[in-house]
Amino acid sequence: MLPLERSIPRAATTEPTWVRRIIIGLGVGFLLLFVVVPLATVVIAALSHGASAYGRAITDPHALRALKLTLIAAAISVPLNLVFGVAAAWAIARFRFPGRALLITLIDLPLAVSPVIAGMVFVLLFGANGLIGPWLAANGVKVIFALPGIVLATTFVTFPYVARELIPLMEAQGHEEEEAALVLGASPWQMFTKITLPKIKWGLLYGVVLCTARAMGEFGAVSVVSGNIRGRTSTLPLHVEILYNEYEYQAAFAVASLLVIIGIGSLIARRLIARRKKEST
Amino acid sequence: MTISVRNITKRFGTFTALNNVSLDVPSGELVALLGPSGSGKTSLLRILSGLEQPDQGTAFLDGTDLGSQSARQRNVGLVFQHYALFRHLDVFENVAFALRVRKRPESEVQTRVKELLQLVQLEGLGRRMPSQLSGGQRQRIALARALAARPRVLLLDEPFGALDAQVRAELRGWLRRLHDEIHLTTVFVTHDQDEAFEVADRVVVMDHGKIEQVGSPTEVFEHPANDFVMRFLGHVNVFEASFEAGRARVGEVFVDVDRPGDGHGRLYVRPHEVDIARSSSKDAIAARVLRVTPLGAGLKIELRAPALGSNLRADIDWDRGTALALRDGDDVFLSLRRARVFAQAA
Repeated sequence: MLPLERSIPRAATTEPTWVRRIIIGLGVGFLLLFVVVPLATVVIAALSHGASAYGRAITDPHALRALKLTLIAAAISVPLNLVFGVAAAWAIARFRFPGRALLITLIDLPLAVSPVIAGMVFVLLFGANGLIGPWLAANGVKVIFALPGIVLATTFVTFPYVARELIPLMEAQGHEEEEAALVLGASPWQMFTKITLPKIKWGLLYGVVLCTARAMGEFGAVSVVSGNIRGRTSTLPLHVEILYNEYEYQAAFAVASLLVIIGIGSLIARRLIARRKKEST
Repeated sequence: MTISVRNITKRFGTFTALNNVSLDVPSGELVALLGPSGSGKTSLLRILSGLEQPDQGTAFLDGTDLGSQSARQRNVGLVFQHYALFRHLDVFENVAFALRVRKRPESEVQTRVKELLQLVQLEGLGRRMPSQLSGGQRQRIALARALAARPRVLLLDEPFGALDAQVRAELRGWLRRLHDEIHLTTVFVTHDQDEAFEVADRVVVMDHGKIEQVGSPTEVFEHPANDFVMRFLGHVNVFEASFEAGRARVGEVFVDVDRPGDGHGRLYVRPHEVDIARSSSKDAIAARVLRVTPLGAGLKIELRAPALGSNLRADIDWDRGTALALRDGDDVFLSLRRARVFAQAA
């Protein structure tokens, strides 16, 4: 977060005015050039044929299908990662066990590898010629080019967010309060719901917002596993690409503006939550 | 409730926190576990509360084996060193926690929590958050919380460790009075001998995972079982000595000792057992005053005695100090009222 609105103290150790102006100018200029201008372009292009064309583009049945699919994929993968993230953070922050360092490293894996590779891995596993794909197909389960594949890919790409948010928080908070709860007669479940959950709720929410934003915006991995079948397995980002490839620029940008709105919404939510999160530690 | 600990051993990796420890705490007694950090006192407390499992040995509460009971089944009150108050709950709900998890009726919760807040003299603070309380208040809320479900025994881990000196002294007296009121079998851990002596009926001195001595404060202070206990209970002058014909020889000086030793050993003399005089007498040791410091109700005098081969400290009361009118650099004569010798540690 850039503290642009805060005044910068004029201590004797700060740089001369002209240096400061250059540094601030660079920061703001960069932001304008690479973030504000492109985002504004999306909005301008989306509205270039007027509001009714914009309305038509985002209420197009295929666009609505894509929106629905995006929401469904997020609605399944975010809760999965919520549970996984809490469990992993709990294990890492509370216990010392063999393989702990490996687990910490593995959690970061999706951030390290290209999403396209993640998509490929799932195709290799579940595809028609994959390791368990044929067996699944024989039992009537379709993963690749279908919703399960999209959910799997989305879950894989977004699983670090909740865990990474919680691990430092839980390590900083320690576990004395949990111990106190147990000695006072709480069951493990009561301890978790009455003590741990309230302690980590803002960090958890922050992680969920990050995870959701990423889940809805994911392109690469989903593109590989879904096959990008228009109106069937295309999510919002994929739908934007289809429209763009068909030279439907205005419609592409109209749908893209939905993603921009999701992004900005999550940004605002993050700022609000970050403040509460700070207070809770 | 009586607590019995039988042959408990606890290791953390290669570190032995408790080494075959046995201890009995009679019902209604207030016992202090006193020892330096790493002596195993907190581990013993955590084993009693069920937060740690012993590697060997058993603990009993009124004859029931605690090994088969989890922390929540034991109903033991534990006060943590840093209180561990629930930061997201207000004072009232902190104190009420043990009753809430037991699903007690609301009316009972209200009455009991009010009663407890009264007991710890913090009525009216029920709606405060823990972060809005002073250290001493947090401490008392932690105690009220531990007492809420009427625990069978009360365990306190360095209860005053994180408080400043004045609040500490106040709470000590208060804890003692509270114990006299509710007569709950209580074990508290401390590294501060003054605290242990002031509050406890009995003191258990621990070192390196072992119990060195158990006794009343007077017993332990007057008759330390060994040199560790002697050294741990306040400042003591230590001299290298050799033993000849029932006396100890330190440098050029012969000293009467309470127990004959042989060969070489150490001689222990407490500062208040050193007498200072202006004029020489038989067996008196010449010394020079290095520094005079007021200390509580008396004076702390640092001295150099060439005949003893080392510096030493004497504590004298204020009146004696006034009579002697000692200044830095004065020449004086010392006599050792009592010198202790301990059998060599095995």
